[in-house]
Amino acid sequence: MFVLKSGIPPLDTTLLFVQTLNGVQLGLLLFLVASGLTLVFGILDFVNLAHGSLYMLGAFICASLTFLVGNFLLAVLIALPITGVLGYLIERFVARPLYARDHLDHVLGTFGLILVLDTSVHLIWGPAGIAVPLPAWLEGQVGLFGDVVVPSFRLLIIAAGLAAAAGLFWLVNYTRLGMLIRAGASNRTMVSALGIDIQSLFALVFALGAMLAGLAGMLIAPITEASIGMGNNIIITAFVVIIVGGIGSMKGAFFAALLIGLIDTLGRAFLDDFFKLFMSSDAAENSAPALSAMLIYILMAVVLSVRPQGLFPPKVR
Amino acid sequence: MIGFSRSARINIGVMAILAILPVFFWWTGQTFYLSLATRLVILAIAAVSLNLILGYGGLISFGHAAYIGIGAYAVGIPAHHALYGGMDFIASNNGFFQIALAVVAAAVFALITGAICLRTKGVYFIMITMAFAQMVYYFFVSIEEYGGDDGLVIDTRSEFPLVNLDQPIVLFLVSYVVLVLAMWLVNAIVNSRFGMVLQSAKGNNDRTVTLGYNTYLYRLTAYVISGAMCGLAGALLGNFATFISPEMMDWSRSGELMFMVILGGTATALGPVLGAAVFVVVAQFLSELTIYWHLPFGLMLIAVVLFARGGLSGILRGKGS
Amino acid sequence: MKRIISAALAASFLAAPAFGAEVKIGFVTTLTTGAAIIGKDMQNAVDLAVEHMGGKMGDLDVNVIYGDDGFKPETGKQVTDKLVQQDNVDFVAGFIWSHVLLASRKSALDAGKILISTNAGPSQMAGDLCDKNFFSTSWQNDQTPMAMGEVLNQKGVKSLYVMAPNYAAGKDMVAGLERTFKGTIVGKDLTKWGADAQLDFSAELAKAKASGAEGLFVFYPGAAAGAFTKQYHQAGLKDILPLYSVFTVDGISLPKLQKAGFDGVLGSKITQEWDPSLDNAANKKFVADFKAKYGTYPSFYAAQSYDAMFLIKSAIEAVGGDLTNQDAVRAAIKAANYDSVRGHYTYGNNNFPIQNFYLREVVADADGNWTTRVDSIVMENAQDPYAAECPLK
Repeated sequence: MFVLKSGIPPLDTTLLFVQTLNGVQLGLLLFLVASGLTLVFGILDFVNLAHGSLYMLGAFICASLTFLVGNFLLAVLIALPITGVLGYLIERFVARPLYARDHLDHVLGTFGLILVLDTSVHLIWGPAGIAVPLPAWLEGQVGLFGDVVVPSFRLLIIAAGLAAAAGLFWLVNYTRLGMLIRAGASNRTMVSALGIDIQSLFALVFALGAMLAGLAGMLIAPITEASIGMGNNIIITAFVVIIVGGIGSMKGAFFAALLIGLIDTLGRAFLDDFFKLFMSSDAAENSAPALSAMLIYILMAVVLSVRPQGLFPPKVR
Repeated sequence: MIGFSRSARINIGVMAILAILPVFFWWTGQTFYLSLATRLVILAIAAVSLNLILGYGGLISFGHAAYIGIGAYAVGIPAHHALYGGMDFIASNNGFFQIALAVVAAAVFALITGAICLRTKGVYFIMITMAFAQMVYYFFVSIEEYGGDDGLVIDTRSEFPLVNLDQPIVLFLVSYVVLVLAMWLVNAIVNSRFGMVLQSAKGNNDRTVTLGYNTYLYRLTAYVISGAMCGLAGALLGNFATFISPEMMDWSRSGELMFMVILGGTATALGPVLGAAVFVVVAQFLSELTIYWHLPFGLMLIAVVLFARGGLSGILRGKGS
Repeated sequence: MKRIISAALAASFLAAPAFGAEVKIGFVTTLTTGAAIIGKDMQNAVDLAVEHMGGKMGDLDVNVIYGDDGFKPETGKQVTDKLVQQDNVDFVAGFIWSHVLLASRKSALDAGKILISTNAGPSQMAGDLCDKNFFSTSWQNDQTPMAMGEVLNQKGVKSLYVMAPNYAAGKDMVAGLERTFKGTIVGKDLTKWGADAQLDFSAELAKAKASGAEGLFVFYPGAAAGAFTKQYHQAGLKDILPLYSVFTVDGISLPKLQKAGFDGVLGSKITQEWDPSLDNAANKKFVADFKAKYGTYPSFYAAQSYDAMFLIKSAIEAVGGDLTNQDAVRAAIKAANYDSVRGHYTYGNNNFPIQNFYLREVVADADGNWTTRVDSIVMENAQDPYAAECPLK
């Protein structure tokens, strides 16, 4: 479908494989952010624009801790509960009073929160952003097979993303908490009618979502650095993921995240070559990046016009 | 009824201040404050247009900045070709042509996207409107001729007989008149039978359908009117800023328009104007005090949401119910 | 609402013109978003310059008013409007980003102000949009990559893969490289720029590697520099695809890379019109005092901003503080009769400097801090390629 351009040999399978891997890595990061978002949205019916700020906070806290304790992986372990607590505080003081209001109030309140958190990070850590050092064994590359060589840290991201996804599936499908979460996603009045302490459940879900977003931020920081506003770049894409997947659906978030990760990466990788088949080289180089960025929105519009509830809407009973 | 006359008095008072102060600034040579007021009034027009569908129709559009962009490019592109040649059928500095182009282009875009968006509900509607706006955003990013990401400088403002938009006070007065007309039009729509159906569909769509109204068509009509009005605001903004870039229709700009309406108070005549005023004036003064002004501004937004139901116009009206 | 407006009124009266003998300089740069790291460096340099001149240019007190462009052309234009209309500044200076400068130029020039770019050098403003009131203390965008192209030719590099951000300067940089580089460019990626710039380059780096090019040319200024350099090395491209960069490894990114223990950048070569190691009295004082005051080496952004302040000072002294005589002020600026930290240079017909470009190498200094030092001169007294398109004499 792509890579049929004269300059590059037809279907460079190595490149295609590496790009697919890059797409999967991006997709898994998106899933970490989107899973928390879809939980909070699906169960709490709360639109949290500031979810991306937790991704940013995770990155900055982990970056600072890496210098403090001298090891990136240890820093991640310490930073995770911290972002969980931050998530809890946000739930307690901003989200909780707004549950009973409509979505518009959620959106305005959490937009205010984005401004506050972005500026706080600027005040605390300065504008520079932080480059995060990795242990030597993660800085190198791994040869997979043939001439496929990938950075080892990107493989770690994929592994961590898959592990988090597996853990989340176990939590949601095989634990009592998971049962409540699923019940809450399809019918929240029922859950509270059963006498469950809905307040604590909500707080727990919110903190869990914060930790997942924070983890994504921690994993990307050694690649792109921790930087102000990094959360605002990912939050809209994460919203696209949960809408395409179906709000409240963990399965939907997973598949949609991978789909969007792959579309975005493969678009950036191959669209300009594809365009060069039928337009001038300059025009292709100029319009391809913009159009590949547009692809995920086209995908969302198409999905919604065919399935207005997303690909995997949770069953409502 | 006493409440009504009180709110009418407040409306007239605020609109009078909004007219008199900028003239005073112009008279005393405070050009900068005059241009601040012009920006405020133009954004208020966009917010008023959004309020028609968001406040009265319950249709939360997260893509309204696209119409601002379309309107501004409808001024910028003809002016660009009038100066540098090419695309003769569109090259023109004629203000009537540019305004008509802005309104028609915005209306057509609203008609096509609205027809698709209105098939979805709730948060899916929010996101699909955003998706279409992002497509317009990236569309203009990809066009090298009009500057791509760098934007397009509008060298010549729209030309009208007798009215010279190069004079800041004239541009302000024109914008102000458009704002008043827009508010009047929205008010007339809302109080017409059409508006009643629109608001009733917001409250209970199924019942309205049962009553025999095709709410889809009503909503689509409102959506197109709102888009066209916002396109007009965009044409004014292009004339004001003499610069247009895709960044002006980024999702965060659509968000800002939405926040203006919510902050000011949805489904009120004055709400969008108050919201725009806060966004422009408070942001300007805070940003002069410190580069960290987003912190107090964000706290203010959170406080308004937490403690002031019904937005600023709710506070002005003295809380109540 | 009423209270806000009365506050506005009060503020506007406070801002009424003060009739002191002072020169007001509006300085537009990026003070928020991740790019604020550059803006801060420029601001530090301007503050240091004012300190060095004892707060005076001739008999006039110096009053610098900073404006934040927020890394957006539209905001940059608004803040320029504010500096011109409300603060009524005598000079508008600054501008990191070419697209911000292109959007803001009319606001300053239409108001009859003298505009001095301390970094951005878009090709348009060197060519047909040149203006008698616009000056640069930096370079035209094409020039630094042109110098890099010469270096590549000397090294015998035959093919290149090119990556740059998709905005005005990114396009100029690529054009500049193409002007001098004699080999072929086998692939090119222009990535999303601005406040929400693309920072993960995995797809592009994989393409670059697969392209079989002999080298990789990039332009990633500011915060993107660290991210790019890191990923380049993580991908193990150092030996397969040598990196040739402009404005990427610099005084802004080096401290951060050093802190993260990222010694892959030591030894990399870059081109520039200035370097902290340049041997002249003004530069020695500037670099030493900057390091003493702020703890890091100044970047080229800082050097150019520092120069702009002394350039304005030289003009004010030449006209005896009479800013009403704009022709004389302009002529004095064009004479460039001051001690630039890059050494003496002259102005071309389009008011861009005619100056040397150096090849520099990243090294650790005597204290172990990472910096650059001059390796050789690549282009001597070079003028930008757009000067001929400028109608000015």
